[in-house]
Amino acid sequence: MTPAQRRWVFGVAVAGLAAFYLWGLSGLPGFGNYPGPYGFVILHLAVKQTFATGIVSAVNFEYRGFDTVGEEFILFTAAAGTAVVLRVLRGERERSAVDEAADRDVPPTSGAVRMVALLFTGPVVVVGWWLTSHAQTNPSGGFQGGVVLATALILVYLAGEFLVFNRFSPVALTDAVEALGAGGFAAIGVAAVPLGLAYLSNYLPLGQFAGAVSSSGTIALISFFVGLEVGAAFILITGELLEQTLLIRQGDG
Amino acid sequence: MAYFPFVVVAWILCVGLYGIVTSRHLVHQIICLIVVQSSTYVLLLGVGYVTGAVAPYYFDVPVHTPAVDPVVQALALTDVVVEAAVTALLLSFAVQAHKRFGTVDPQELASLKG
Repeated sequence: MTPAQRRWVFGVAVAGLAAFYLWGLSGLPGFGNYPGPYGFVILHLAVKQTFATGIVSAVNFEYRGFDTVGEEFILFTAAAGTAVVLRVLRGERERSAVDEAADRDVPPTSGAVRMVALLFTGPVVVVGWWLTSHAQTNPSGGFQGGVVLATALILVYLAGEFLVFNRFSPVALTDAVEALGAGGFAAIGVAAVPLGLAYLSNYLPLGQFAGAVSSSGTIALISFFVGLEVGAAFILITGELLEQTLLIRQGDG
Repeated sequence: MAYFPFVVVAWILCVGLYGIVTSRHLVHQIICLIVVQSSTYVLLLGVGYVTGAVAPYYFDVPVHTPAVDPVVQALALTDVVVEAAVTALLLSFAVQAHKRFGTVDPQELASLKG
């Protein structure tokens, strides 16, 4: 198919899509007039039922907890898939990074980049940890916190080298943390079953009052394990992609 | 203006699709897919918006203050995580495609020719 034909087919398809979309829009209640009952029901019940003031976290880790288990395992599978797709293939071998074009003038990492990256590593860890541990009270949670925690290690990579990144996050340890995060979430859910409750029921004490960090029972605990899983998954994925550029070369050995 | 955010959704979706169809580089194509998916965030958050309402967090506002729908916000969060996972996997496929076929132009990749 030539690019021109491609554009033609695309134009026809988009015209059809736009027509149906506009037709569908005419039946919607309009922006700002949300009519659905579920959101309002949850808003009225969530604080009373879960002692969590972060209703989005309450939805994610409690009301739709089963869906979030699936989501977490999508991330788990993607990290595993990336590792499988980017494995060392036949005709490739791992070797330490050397400059391919020795006569090229590559500036070393500047002192400013190194210093800013190192300065930010500590605060980023604190922010990531805060986000992971405050899902029940504020706009935060394990997913956001995990990504920020992984960013801290990418700052280490920026400040130093890939080998330092690898030393701070050895693959075996990151694998174990990821498995702990994913398994922990599932295990918290299963632990409700011997107690005679449904899978992923909130069986822990809800704490003294809504809005306390220690409140909300399993929501806070699940958020912690999700943070572990997400952080480890992103470190693994980043490591795999970096390894492609730095360590694996085709058939030169 | 009551439908403006939904028109924005359609615009982002179509721009992303156009990019995918005409792309000449796999990484560019993957980024176009991210653009397509971004339209779903705008759609989800637009559907759940309530005029004059606060964010669904009752940490420092009294309980029962009118808030926007928390369910679609949770769905948007799910959406973001899945997108990140899918992007990582697709990028690794792009790396392998480059190794195997020596090109990252989707229109030149032999295995993708229809």
